[in-house]
Amino acid sequence: MSETVPPRSGPPNGSSWPVRQGLDLVPTTADKQSAKDFKTDQEVRWCPGCGDYAVLAAVQGFFPELGLRRENVVFVSGIGCSSRFPYYMNTYGMHSIHGRAPAIATGIAASRPDLSVWVITGDGDGLSIGGNHLIHALRRNVNLKILLFNNRIYGLTKGQYSPTSELGKITKSTPVGSLDHPFNPVSLALGAEATFVARTLDSDRKHLTAVLRAAAEHRGTAFVEIYQNCNIFNDGAFEVLKDPDTRDQALLRLEPGSPMIFGTSTVKGSRTTSGAGASPTTSRGVRRGTDGGVEVCAADDPAVLTHDPALLDPSTAFAVSRLAQPTPVGIFRAVSRPTYDDLMQHQVDLATSTGSPADLGELLRAGDTWQIS
Amino acid sequence: MTPLVHKPVEQRDGVVIRFAGDSGDGMQLTGDQFTSQTAAFGNDLSTLPDFPAEIRAPAGTLPGVSAFQVHFSDHEILTPGDAPDVLVAMNPAALKANLADLRRGGDLIVNTDEFTPRALARVGYERSPLDDDSLESWRVHAVSLTSMTLEALKDSGLSRKEAERAKNMFALGLLSWLYHRPTAGTVAFLGRKFARQPEIAKANVAAFEAGWSFGETTESFSVSYQVKPATMPAGTYRQISGNLALAYGLIAASQRAALPLFLGAYPITPASDVLHELSKHKRFGVRAFQAEDEIAAIGAALGASFGGSLAVTTTSGPGVALKSETVGLAVSLELPLVICDIQRGGPSTGLPTKTEQADLLQAMYGRNGEAPVPIVAPRSPADCFDAALEACRIALTYRTPVFLLSDGYLANGAEPWRIPDVASLPDLRVPFATVPSDGSGYLPYARDPDNLARPWARPGTPGLEHRIGGLEKADRTGAISYDPDNHDTMVRLRQAKVDGIARSIPAMVVEDPSGEARVLVLGWGSTYGPIGAACRQVRDAGGAVAQAHLRHLNPFPTNTGDVLGAYDRVLLPEMNLGQLASLLRARYLVDVIPYNRVRGMPFKSGELVGVITDVIDSV
Ligand SMILES: Cc1ncc(C[n+]2csc(CCOP(=O)(O)OP(=O)(O)O)c2C)c(N)n1
Ligand code: SF4
Ligand SMILES: [Mg+2]
Repeated sequence: MSETVPPRSGPPNGSSWPVRQGLDLVPTTADKQSAKDFKTDQEVRWCPGCGDYAVLAAVQGFFPELGLRRENVVFVSGIGCSSRFPYYMNTYGMHSIHGRAPAIATGIAASRPDLSVWVITGDGDGLSIGGNHLIHALRRNVNLKILLFNNRIYGLTKGQYSPTSELGKITKSTPVGSLDHPFNPVSLALGAEATFVARTLDSDRKHLTAVLRAAAEHRGTAFVEIYQNCNIFNDGAFEVLKDPDTRDQALLRLEPGSPMIFGTSTVKGSRTTSGAGASPTTSRGVRRGTDGGVEVCAADDPAVLTHDPALLDPSTAFAVSRLAQPTPVGIFRAVSRPTYDDLMQHQVDLATSTGSPADLGELLRAGDTWQIS
Repeated sequence: MTPLVHKPVEQRDGVVIRFAGDSGDGMQLTGDQFTSQTAAFGNDLSTLPDFPAEIRAPAGTLPGVSAFQVHFSDHEILTPGDAPDVLVAMNPAALKANLADLRRGGDLIVNTDEFTPRALARVGYERSPLDDDSLESWRVHAVSLTSMTLEALKDSGLSRKEAERAKNMFALGLLSWLYHRPTAGTVAFLGRKFARQPEIAKANVAAFEAGWSFGETTESFSVSYQVKPATMPAGTYRQISGNLALAYGLIAASQRAALPLFLGAYPITPASDVLHELSKHKRFGVRAFQAEDEIAAIGAALGASFGGSLAVTTTSGPGVALKSETVGLAVSLELPLVICDIQRGGPSTGLPTKTEQADLLQAMYGRNGEAPVPIVAPRSPADCFDAALEACRIALTYRTPVFLLSDGYLANGAEPWRIPDVASLPDLRVPFATVPSDGSGYLPYARDPDNLARPWARPGTPGLEHRIGGLEKADRTGAISYDPDNHDTMVRLRQAKVDGIARSIPAMVVEDPSGEARVLVLGWGSTYGPIGAACRQVRDAGGAVAQAHLRHLNPFPTNTGDVLGAYDRVLLPEMNLGQLASLLRARYLVDVIPYNRVRGMPFKSGELVGVITDVIDSV
């Protein structure tokens, strides 16, 4: 589903940019793996009922499908409840410092093309203290998979509002309501020109797994926002998106090639979910609005948008990301652009493959020298 | 060029020249080029570039003055010289800013064309100092540099503005004649520099030659001077600045360790040149990553270290402040990482282009928790090469972050360097962890009993999958542990590991030719030159003084306490308010006598002679 955005200037020496796909260069194994292979002996210490468990199970559950050698997988996290994640994955891992995981992971990916590098971060970790590193990783298109666990709260520090908390949020640090306008992580990532941007939910294992699989196979930075319930400090934050009675009206499931239709319809007395083929009479659709954004319209409106995550221009994806009711989930954007680490490797390969081998003595003696005997 | 007119030639054993002009006058290039000629001639030399932080401060103003001092001699020298013997002043501002430093009786070459009423007024001269007797203590050579350059280039086809720019080459030509410098290198250099603009190259060469010829024919200079080549140990030499030596040292370390070099850096004066240099050497597999900030720079380096690279981050004091938390993480992860701090005047933005040694305590203590980090400091520009190798050796052997503390003076200063034989450089190869052969599980925090280093397991190694992090780890297993006794053990182990590095470093060497000294002058970092020169002068005058210099500031060499205790007085000059002095007093209970100046400039050896003499007299 991806097209290639060429870099603005060509590579040196008239060679071509490296074109790599998905998990190229990461060694695979023929051994059959199971979720158990990715579990560690560490006791998982999230609160009972925390959404993080579901994400961990989904990741451990789908990793065997990738068939990667465990030793060539690295999970790097910052600090937060969610950032404990690497301890529970039986791969290489680093639980680093608050907000810095994208930077650390950039160093790993840029120096080791044979590794599949995953970043686990939270809404505070990734968007507050580490916001700068996040947007720069996205714009560079480093070969990283960034999973942002958005619970709209600071969990580990016991419940202060976060950069994704809604305005007016009452928390310990905002007893009469928070004052700052929240980030929409998907809009932010699209603004940073991320090549892969998706949103999914902790509770929808199937959707979550599908999104993670696509992320894993994307070459470049894949940014996945995961709505995650913190049942201790922000319970039910995404309940309308999960409750069977409300979710169909509240969620817009983005499917490539399908019209953007949501809602339920009662056909012959039974309720069916939204999506392609839903009855146009009771569902609704999304079309471009007059103000440049998108708006909800009748499901049979001829202007209903067809979802195309491969569009090079991110503006439609951005407009869709601005929707709150319904809340879009799925892959907003998936385009291909040379990755930072592939390009860096390319420059090194080019330099090392031309001319005579690098000689330290020659380097030290280069330029004007003189002899003293 | 062969002399046309025969003027008398006098011998000098050493000369200090300072070129001073506007930031846009090309003084750094002029100085560099004079230095290259001097190096090629075989003199010993030492340089001191001194330029404003602003790229182009307003023309003709005092803050806009840029200067380059070079000291060259027929014997070994240690400093760029206290006071110039020759000052080239390209405009009134340069004269005003530098005249006080010029040795009485020294040569003052002024570009009279720039001494217009407006330019004079700009820097507060009511009338031209060339017209009164205010310059009578010096030998003034009034030279109309600009107009003679224009005259020489009148047929070049260049505009007046372009032609005027070549006046620095006229000055260089004149000085080259005056000190019998070889000229071929400069002509070749100009050809290279302006390869794409042959007419500019030609004009610069013409101006350079015109300057030379002017020296030969003018009556303003009645003699020229010769400074014989210095006797130095046999070998192949080149001229090198501290930052270049540092970059080469890092490449050499990666070659000797057989590990790819990864640099994470964010531009900052005076460290950026290391980033620039390393970015050129992809042929050696160097990956230079310009990060979004200093935190990302060290973060990426730490990530690369986890991946098995020789990882380095280069910065200056403000950048170190940002990196502190990650340095602490590296202490906890026990991964190799070299943090190069090219110190500059602080606090805060401070004096970006000036030198200082005030980051020692930041490197030593600037982290939360008990987070010991070894510290290495080079003592001269060329020594940055060896210091880089040593910092990498410690980092790789002990799996620890290491600070390398250079400074602005070392970074930009240059000296001749005897190029080492690559085979003589230390072997820095260290083993990566392998799967335990006895079938037991991998223990990321099991330690080498000798040096307490933990194993370094590279991702991609099957069977060694492990997780590490900034949370306290259980001894041996590395699993998260909140156990009080374990924490106490781990804190002490990390400290013991760093303390144990002392066993791998050479003892402190004391230089005391007479063996009679009762006063020791101790230093660290870039004060080596001025302290050494001062000690020589004291000894030449019949005094007895001992000198020792610390390369390792954490841990100290094992004999440090004994050495300090063996003298009646220990004098410690530092370009800070006594940071090493505090460490030594606390550690060895020796009441060292601090001598502190924080002027953004290196010490003058003459000033230290006075201080040393006073201390000797007080014994
Ligand atoms: C430098 C630094 N500042 C503050 C903290 C304290 N801290 C730890 S986690 C956290 C917020 C985590 O929130 P989020 O990223 O949303 O993760 P969650 O716990 O919600 O999963 C804060 C402020 C820290 N560990 N380090
Ligand atoms: S505090 Fe919230 S986010 Fe953290 S573990 Fe508990 S439920 Fe999960
Ligand atoms: Mg959170």
